[in-house]
This record gives sequence, C-alpha cells and structure tokens, in this order.
Amino acid sequence: MFDVAVIGAGVIGGMIARELSRYDLKICIVEKENDVAMGATRANSAIVHAGFDAEEGTLKAKLNVRGSEMMEQVAKELGVKYKKNGSLVIGFGEEDRKGIETLLKRGQANGVKGLRIVEKEELHAMESNLSDHVECALDAPTGAIICPYELTIAAVGNAMDNGAELLRNFEVSNIEKKDAAYEITAADGQKVQAKVVINAAGLYTDKIAGMVGDTSFTVHPRRGEYILLDKECGNMVSHTIFRTPSKMGKGILVTPTVDGNLLTGPTSVDMTDKQDTSTTQEGFDKIIKEALENVSTVPFGKTITSFCGLRAVGSTGDFIITAPVEGFINVAGVESPGLSASPAIAEYVANMVAEQGVALVPKADFNPYRAPMHHFREASIEEKMEVIKKDKAYGKIVCRCEGISEGEILAALRTNPKAWDLDGVKRRTRAQMGRCQGGFCSPHIVELIAQERNIPIEQVTKSGRNSYVNVSRTKEV
Amino acid sequence: MTRELTCIICPRGCGLKVEIEDGKVVSVTGNSCPRGVKYAEDECCNPMRTITSTVRCEDGRVISVKTDRPIPKAKMFECMKMINSATAHLPIHIGDVIIEDVFGSNVVATENA
Amino acid sequence: MTELVIIGGGPAGMSAAVAAYENGIRDILILERDKALGGILQQCIHNGFGLHKFGEELTGPEYAWKYEQKVQELGIPVKLGTMVLDITEDKVITATNEEDGIFQIQAKAVILAMGCRERSKGALNIPGTRPAGIYSAGTAQKYVNRMGYMPGKEVVILGSGDIGLIMARRMTLEGAKVHAVCELMPYSGGLVRNIEQCLNDFNIPLKLSHTVVKIHGRERLEGVTIAKVDERRKPIAGTEEYIPCDTLLLSVGLIPENELSKSAGVSLDRITSGAVVDQNRQTSVEGIFACGNVLHVHDLVDYVSEESEIAGKSAAEYILGQNQAEKVHIPVKTDGKIRYTVPQVITEKKDISVFFRVADIYHNVTINVYDDKQEKVFSRKKLKVAPGEMESIVLKSAAFENAAELHFELEVN
Repeated sequence: MFDVAVIGAGVIGGMIARELSRYDLKICIVEKENDVAMGATRANSAIVHAGFDAEEGTLKAKLNVRGSEMMEQVAKELGVKYKKNGSLVIGFGEEDRKGIETLLKRGQANGVKGLRIVEKEELHAMESNLSDHVECALDAPTGAIICPYELTIAAVGNAMDNGAELLRNFEVSNIEKKDAAYEITAADGQKVQAKVVINAAGLYTDKIAGMVGDTSFTVHPRRGEYILLDKECGNMVSHTIFRTPSKMGKGILVTPTVDGNLLTGPTSVDMTDKQDTSTTQEGFDKIIKEALENVSTVPFGKTITSFCGLRAVGSTGDFIITAPVEGFINVAGVESPGLSASPAIAEYVANMVAEQGVALVPKADFNPYRAPMHHFREASIEEKMEVIKKDKAYGKIVCRCEGISEGEILAALRTNPKAWDLDGVKRRTRAQMGRCQGGFCSPHIVELIAQERNIPIEQVTKSGRNSYVNVSRTKEV
Repeated sequence: MTRELTCIICPRGCGLKVEIEDGKVVSVTGNSCPRGVKYAEDECCNPMRTITSTVRCEDGRVISVKTDRPIPKAKMFECMKMINSATAHLPIHIGDVIIEDVFGSNVVATENA
Repeated sequence: MTELVIIGGGPAGMSAAVAAYENGIRDILILERDKALGGILQQCIHNGFGLHKFGEELTGPEYAWKYEQKVQELGIPVKLGTMVLDITEDKVITATNEEDGIFQIQAKAVILAMGCRERSKGALNIPGTRPAGIYSAGTAQKYVNRMGYMPGKEVVILGSGDIGLIMARRMTLEGAKVHAVCELMPYSGGLVRNIEQCLNDFNIPLKLSHTVVKIHGRERLEGVTIAKVDERRKPIAGTEEYIPCDTLLLSVGLIPENELSKSAGVSLDRITSGAVVDQNRQTSVEGIFACGNVLHVHDLVDYVSEESEIAGKSAAEYILGQNQAEKVHIPVKTDGKIRYTVPQVITEKKDISVFFRVADIYHNVTINVYDDKQEKVFSRKKLKVAPGEMESIVLKSAAFENAAELHFELEVN
C-alpha cells in the first residue's frame, strides 16, 4: 500500500514525486512507457518562461512566475543544467509593437521582474544576427533555458533516491476505490494500491479522470515540430528569440539549448490522435521560413535532427489542478508554461495532498541533491584523470561525436532511474546525439544495455515495447 | 543473339557486348583486359560467384568467411544454407578451411579469431 | 616527443605508418580508437579489395591483415582503444584510453587518417515518425557482419552508395527480403560492378530518381512511402508508393571526419569536407598530413593505401628535413563540372598525380588543364566520367613550370 501514487513520469509527475519525497510517505510513480519523460516532456521548447504570456489571475500566470523563480535553485539541487539567457520577443512593425506593449503590461501585472522594451539599435547590438527587419523587442532577462528531460530524469531519480518507486510499462487501465484506498490496475495486470492518486498523465489525464467519474474536462494534442542544429550553430543567438504572438499563434522561436545546440520551432497544429508524433514537410517548411525571418542566417544545412512533440492542451484554457473526488488530484491541461511552472505546481499539489488528510511529516534524511549527469563531460582534464584512475571505463570513449565514455554510459544504466533502452542512454548521456546520430556507437551501446540488464541482444529496444533494434541472430532466419 | 553485361571481375566494371551463337560465345567487345572475355564466356554459359558471409563459432560470435573460389551462381543460396548450419572451432586463422568441398570450393576463414 | 603520430589505424593509417618506416622513421605511434587495427575494413567482409594493389581479390579483413602483419613485423607501436580528443597547431595531441587515462604527446609530424562517417538520417529530415528500424548501411553492416544480428527482415534501402548495394546483397543472403533501392539522383553513385552483382543477381529493383517521402510506424518501422522526384529532386505528387518494411537502410553519402583537423587549425575544402593539401598530402599546417577517407572519400581501398604511402613518405622527409625540391605555390582551380581536385595546391616542381571527381555523368569528354595565361598544358579524352568514379591524371612538372595557377576544366563534346 502506497500513500501516494503518481500516474505519469513526465516533468509534472516527476517534480510532484520529488516534492512529496521530502516527506515521510510511501510513493510510487507509474509510467506507461519504458522510461520517464516520454510524453510532452520529451519534445518541447525547453524554455523557462519569464511569465508575461498568461493572463493575470490565472493559475498559469501565478504558477509560471513562481516556478520560474524557483527553477534556478531546483536545477542546482538536482544537478541539472540551467542558463538564464534571457528572452526577447521581437517585433517587426507597429502591430507587433502594440502586442509587445500588451505583454509588458501583462508581465508587470504578473510580477515578472526586469521587463523592458528595447529599440532597434540596442537590440541589434544585443543580438547581432537578428534580421534587419526587427524593430524592437520585449527584453525579459529572467527567461531561461533548461533541458526538460534532464530535469525530469533528475527529479524522478532524486525521488527514487529518497525512497519513491518507479513502475514502468504500467499503462493504467482501471482505477477502483476500495475501502480507504484506490486500486490502480495496469493493462498487463500489474496492480498498486494508494491512499491518494495524482493524475499527471499528460495527454491522457482526461481518460484517467474518467476512471473515477470525472468528465469535467478534456485534453487534446497540439503538434509542435522542431528542427535541431549542430553545436557549431549554438552561438547564433544568445537569447531565446520569440516572435510577437498574433492571431496566427506564437510563431517559431530560435533559441540556444543548454547543451549548446540551436533549436527552432515549434509549429502549432491541433490534432486528435494522441500518438501521432510524425513530422511533416509542411512543418519543416514553416519552421525554416519563419526562423529565417527572425534570424536570417540560421544555417539549416547543419541540421542534426527534427522531431515532433504533442502538447497536452486542456479544455479550460488554464491549468486544471483539481480534486474532483476524495483522494484523487488532477494535474491536467499543463501545456506551456508547464515546464516553467513545474516546481510551483509540485509545491501547490503537495499542499493539496495535505488537504486530503495525508500528514506531510518532513523526512530527517531527505537529500535534495543529485549528482549531475553531465559532471564528467564538463570536468577539467585533471578531474577526469582522477575519475579514470578510479574507474578506467571513463577512459574509453564510446560516442566519438560527443566524446562520451563507457563509464558515463554505464552510470546511466546503473543510476536511478536507470536507462533501459537506447534512447534512454541518449537522453542521459548525449551519446548518439551528435553528428553521426549513433551510427558508430549504437551497436556497442546495445551490447552494454544487454550486459547490464542481463538480456539477449535481440531484446534491446530503441525506446521500449516493440521498438527492437535487432530482430534475431543471423543464421536463424 | 547479343547480350550486354557488366564485367564484375574488377571494380572498373567494363560494359561488355557478347555475341552468342548456338549457346557459345563467339565474340566479346568492350573489355579492357583478357579477363573480360573469360568472364563473358563464364557468365553466359556458366555464371559463377564468390560468396562471402559469416560462420558462427562455438562461443556464439561470428567470423567472416568466403568461398576460396567462385561457385555456380545458381548454388548461392544452397551454399548459404551450408554456411549457416556450420560451426567454427576456435582458434581460427585466416585461410583455415571451415567447410570443405562446397560446390567445388572450400569455405575459408577471412579473419583471425 | 614522438617523431610521427598517426591518428587512425585503418588502411590509411597503417599504409602511412609502413611507408614512413620504410623511409627511415623509427619513432612512430599509431593511435586507434577501436580494439583492433583495420578500421572499417573489419566489417567489410565482401571481396573486391586489393586487385589493384596486390593483384588478388581479397575481403576487407584479409586486406587489413596484410597491413597489420607489416605493422607487427616492423614493430611499429600501436595504442588501441585510444581516442584522440584534441590536436593543437603545435602538434600536441591529447588522447584517452582505459590504461593511460588522458595523456598528451608532442609530435614532430602528424598524419590524420581518421576516415569518414555516414551521413545520418537526422540530416535528411524525412517526414514521419521516428521508430526503430532505421539505420545507416554501415551500422547495419556492423550488426550483421561483426555482431551476428539481423537488424530486420523486410528492407528498403535509400541511396545507392556502395555500402548500400553491398548490404542489399548481404541482407538477402542472410535471408532478408530487400524490396527496393531508391536513389534520389538519376544515376547510382555506386560502382557498376556492385549494381550488377548485388542488385541484378537478386532481382532487387534500383529505383533511380526516387526518394523516401514518409516514414511509418510508431515502435518499429512498418513501412515507407517512396516517390519519384523531378529534375530539381523534389517529389512528384501522385507518384507515391507505399512499401511495407521493417527496416530502412540509408546509404546517402560519406563525410570525412575532420573535427580534429579543425582543432589543429587545418584549412578544409568546402567540397571534399577534407583538408586542403599539396601533392605531399601536407595540410595548411606544416608537418600535419592527411590521407585516406578523412581527406576525400575514395571508391577503392587500394587508392587509399597509395595515397597514404605518399603521406607517410612525405612525413618522413619532413621529419628528416630531406625534402630539397624547389618550392612553388600553384593553386589548382576547378570549373564545377570537375568538383574538386586532390591536391588542391601544388608546392613543388615535380611530376604530380592529380585526383578528381566530376559533378554529373558526362559522355565524350576532354579533360583540359589550363594555366593562368589560358595556355592548355594538358588534355585527355575520355568516353565517360561519373561522380561515383574517381579520375586521375599525371601532370608533368614541365606542364606547370611557369604557371601561377592551374585550371581543371571538363569539355563535354
């Protein structure tokens, strides 16, 4: 019997579990995929928004500003890369200027610090690669960048280090109230019982809420496609460059990532299929056209990969954080700025758990810190030599493009939450993420996964379920 | 009858024109060396191929092998069946015979293990 | 201080090491990232190597073994499992391995022989999902030939580069069904011989002017949509065809791996993606040489060996201060129909072999070389030239005696 079961190991579920693991509670996180951070968390803009987008008085506005303020400290504790690079909302003409003025007022009302409007000359001095047509911008110095799956892996890992359990490939098919607890059943028959259930199932929060009779909201997917460019393009811009929102939406942004790549996107297309993360030619065309309008020199020839994420858009327009029945909490409709708000959402939900009659008694031995996953990668040569002396696997480079050692890959396979598949190793270490996209190193990583998990090579997957890398041994066809 | 072939004896890949009468090659043009004529004759009357593949060793790994001379093209898949059911015994040196007498050739190791 | 450090123990690095030894250098070190010498030849188990160099048809591992034996006989030191992290312009090499950790070597001369990599799927931006089952042909080759695993059984191949063609046959012989090889261009970039014996022998269709326009499947690949492309290589609406398959292999080009060259300050050629070199295969940084596929992508390993012998010999002469040839500086320019030459610059007055590739298939051509005074200094007719096949000519030193620049032009008759 668990005190709390969190459904969904995205950034929201992960941050909630980590927050609750401060207290003397038995916690489990159930996740339908083979790894954490597999839904909307896996593919988004990776921005910590300053908080000027949402309307004053909404949960979005309140939790965005609070979350954004908390994020730097949370990132520090969890050993996650965070960079306060600042955001610029650029304007091309008079209509955009009006929009920017509106954002300035809204941001100030929401309590965002340091907002101001920058004019052309100063702006182009700040960002020399901006297109000549950019006239002015809203400067939001508290805007930041972070890697959403790194944050989630670290949050879940820290929760696990503090006693939480992670159950993967647990696709919730039924929730039943039994006496004082809920019994949660997975499609494959696994069961857990918990006094309080937190529904952080992203795109599927409406379906999960329906299992306890709450049909007050729906969630639909909004497709967002991105193009990621090589590290040599990461310094094209230093700020996150947004366009002024218009009737056509928020438009395509151009931003450096914390790992030094350049990211462009997203498109924004409302969908019905909650699994369709396919990219499209139209999407690529739109991203390239608009990105070049913002920064005319984005070198798309240096594209490393393209991908598509689905945002979980709720039917109310605001975050839906409710307790519709006793012991059951929805955290739904968490679209942008959900990542930014996640530390504040976790804090908010912890209070709601207390309101459900669960005593939050702080654990004496709670450790808020987690060793950074990128520690070795960014260490000095002297520090690296010390590490290699203790564990020679760190001297052996497996991923030549990103310079990732076998030691780092083994650490990803052995540290909570352990990587179970190729993509899991990629997200934790960056191995396979460089120019060759795993062409050289993935066969060896497959061997390491098989060895660490003690499974045959043909059972190693790219990303869980049927995503097998190899289908059989040769000579057996 | 005229047949057009690409010589595969070496990477140059000469385009050959072959005149065939009564099942026999009477002339070859387009070749850059005498091996082209031989290839054209063989290819039209009795096409041959070298097979390269792998054989599984006792310990589960695979080692690379080849037929040490070309075998009839029509027997490629039968040859593969024999290669697939063989087991190689370690240690292995380049040139060691792994399977004897496979359509007029031996299957030999092409790597050390 | 080590006299000569060679980065890479594939065919290029081994040939260069042997040549340097034979030209008087004893203090040589080969740094190889893999656990064995041989480079990519280890997984190229097909035959066709060595005809030019040894007069016999060898498989990749056999060809590599010939050089590995020489390296062993000569006692040339090798560090395996060693990845070079950085090279400076002053030839300080930083490398790492399990035994030594991170270490530095000061070299008198360096030969870059790191080879090339395959263009990845990410760079292609093919619309659709990102399931398992999409591999570059070389990755599949490693699974099948080295590890003994089948990456899939129903295969489509995009790109008709030689590795793709070779893998079409390999997968077929191992029991897979290869449904088609799609090539974006109206001609194949692979050797004619490979089209014959890897595709035609097995009735595998080669679809020229075709590409993959969509990838289907969520977990494992379920199929691809292919389409015909027009002259501008854009898909033609209405020509789409769905092919169910569990595997898509990409053979869409090789790119010299020059990240280390960049760190050493070596100037790169925009067309080859390799270093700009002179006839000695010396780069823009004195004492740093380059050879093999890191310099430009070769069709045949035999030519890699030959080029690497030049680099090895030149490095030896550089170290021993033996090179007495009269110095000149003659850039070699091309007209676009000829895409590039190696060398890109001539710095000595001696007879020089110039290698080059053309941009398209041309018939009945004349290869002309002009000097800066529009004087034709070389001319040769050829029936056919193709991008997939590297060409070479020998320029006599007399031909460029008075030239300040040379222009390679292709006249199409």
